[in-house]
Amino acid sequence: MSRDHQGAVEAAEIQAGGPAAGGSPALIRCRALTKRFGDLVAVDGIDVDVRRGEAFGFLGPNGAGKSSTMRMIGCVSPPTSGELSILGMDPRVDGSLIRARLGVVPQRDTLDEELTVAENLIVYGRYFGMSRAAVRAKAAELLEFAQLSERADSKVEPLSGGMKRRLTIARALVNDPEILLLDEPTTGLDPQARHLLWDRLFRLKRQGVTLVLTTHYMDEAEQLCDRLVVMDGGRIVAAGSPRSLIEQYSSREVLELRFPEDDHARYAGRIDGLAQRVEALPDRLLLYVEDGEAAAEAVHARGLRPLSVLARRSTLEDVFLRLTGRSLVD
Amino acid sequence: MPAPAPAAGRTISPSRAARPGGLAGRALEFWLTSYRRTWRGSVVSGFAAPLLYLGALGFGLGSLVDQGGAGRVAGVSYAVYVAPGVLAANAMQTAVSETTYPVMGAIKWNRQYYAMLATPLGVLDILLGHLGFVLLRVLGVSAAFVAVGALLGAFTSPWAVLAVPVAVLCGGAHAAPVLAFSARQESDSAFAMLFRFGLIPMFLFAGTFFPISQLPAVLQPVARVTPLWHATSLCRELSLGTASPLVGIGHVVYLSAWFAVGTWLAARALRWRLVK
Repeated sequence: MSRDHQGAVEAAEIQAGGPAAGGSPALIRCRALTKRFGDLVAVDGIDVDVRRGEAFGFLGPNGAGKSSTMRMIGCVSPPTSGELSILGMDPRVDGSLIRARLGVVPQRDTLDEELTVAENLIVYGRYFGMSRAAVRAKAAELLEFAQLSERADSKVEPLSGGMKRRLTIARALVNDPEILLLDEPTTGLDPQARHLLWDRLFRLKRQGVTLVLTTHYMDEAEQLCDRLVVMDGGRIVAAGSPRSLIEQYSSREVLELRFPEDDHARYAGRIDGLAQRVEALPDRLLLYVEDGEAAAEAVHARGLRPLSVLARRSTLEDVFLRLTGRSLVD
Repeated sequence: MPAPAPAAGRTISPSRAARPGGLAGRALEFWLTSYRRTWRGSVVSGFAAPLLYLGALGFGLGSLVDQGGAGRVAGVSYAVYVAPGVLAANAMQTAVSETTYPVMGAIKWNRQYYAMLATPLGVLDILLGHLGFVLLRVLGVSAAFVAVGALLGAFTSPWAVLAVPVAVLCGGAHAAPVLAFSARQESDSAFAMLFRFGLIPMFLFAGTFFPISQLPAVLQPVARVTPLWHATSLCRELSLGTASPLVGIGHVVYLSAWFAVGTWLAARALRWRLVK
């Protein structure tokens, strides 16, 4: 079976909502899931299966419907129509029971800034009905995990963004959730903080916690997600593993050429036939090719002298921009 | 450090989750934890302020009132007359201050309501937990005020003890509708209006300092519809030992209606705000 074919089959299965592979029933199952706010269709009939133990990503530009989907899965936003089942239960009936087994990292922190770091964990654990002794022990363990033990008794308000985010994640783990929902977990963090968070999320995944996250950082999706869907305008426009999406929607490598002129589209004609696809951006040309080095030589052989030449592997970002466009969405 | 291992056996008790509002105690506990950090500031507004009113108006101004040509108000010293009024007004004041900015904060600033909603708690748990906390606060300030007022001689009848639960009911009758109002605000600017055109006029004219029979005839029915007038009247009748069961029940039913309808409106408002 060719790689392309395999990717296509996988994507087709997801789109058609075929049975989850491996025989294990889906932890989260959406069919024609729809969310409307008045006339606005935020989520437009999506089909998704998330299996136990996997890291599943929702990618998409702002307004694609990622957060609305997450809020429906988090049982805080009733679906307008369609079918949604989480842990085998219906959120409309058993929202409270489902939430007891979820961990939620919302897009905006909901920490109590007046309370201390430890108090935030303890108060939250008590919402789940944990005993004081259990929640204290758990809080100590989670503070260690989030590298916040030294700050246990300081108020939340002066903490850095990364620390607050780690505390939010620690808090979401207080009830030993089976599914951890992370809505843009690292937005606004510096690289050190992001890498530390990714490391913590990897550990959780290794322990079998199912991760469901939204992000618009493609490197984050590539790092963390086993499978993902790309959303645009409330719909799923592509689905698969990061690798299969790159194979399906991009070439193996990308050659970036920068010429000493403003109008790069002018050059597009002169490299005709060198690439599977050429994209002219205001500041550079992108050539989607199998072999970047070879393409660079061919460009040179045609007498073209770009200011800079960069051959790199295709990334999810290339896929993302191809699928959701380059124009700004607000 | 490895990631935390799942605890052996579930520490969660989901069985009680099915009953709406059944988990309100968990939300209440949050407010108590939070109050442990902020109670010092509230001592001035909830405890000292009513005593200052009692001192300045009840004993200070009251000494002039008692010597005035018209004789004593309701046949008792002015301090004894005004103390139950201050009790009810302070219950209202406490209830409203706990259901304006804190509600806005729980929705917009610290967003504690959203944190709660991501857990087994539902909207009704969140609402009843918060209202429960407000009533405990009102109970605290009211009991303290009656105790200190009795030492100062402003409460003379043993029936005054029953004015404390009435003050708590007065707190509920104000807290619930104000919470409904706060949950629907986009900013805190409306709160200043609520204080200026709601609370302060009620405080001044709904019977706290003088009988509403002193008001112009057209304003008397207006004063009678305010929940504060009913609370003040009942507190005063109990405090002076002049309560009659039928009238008393009428006041309680009226205040309970405000509490119940307010709670229903607040549940609707919170659902509208939080569940989208």
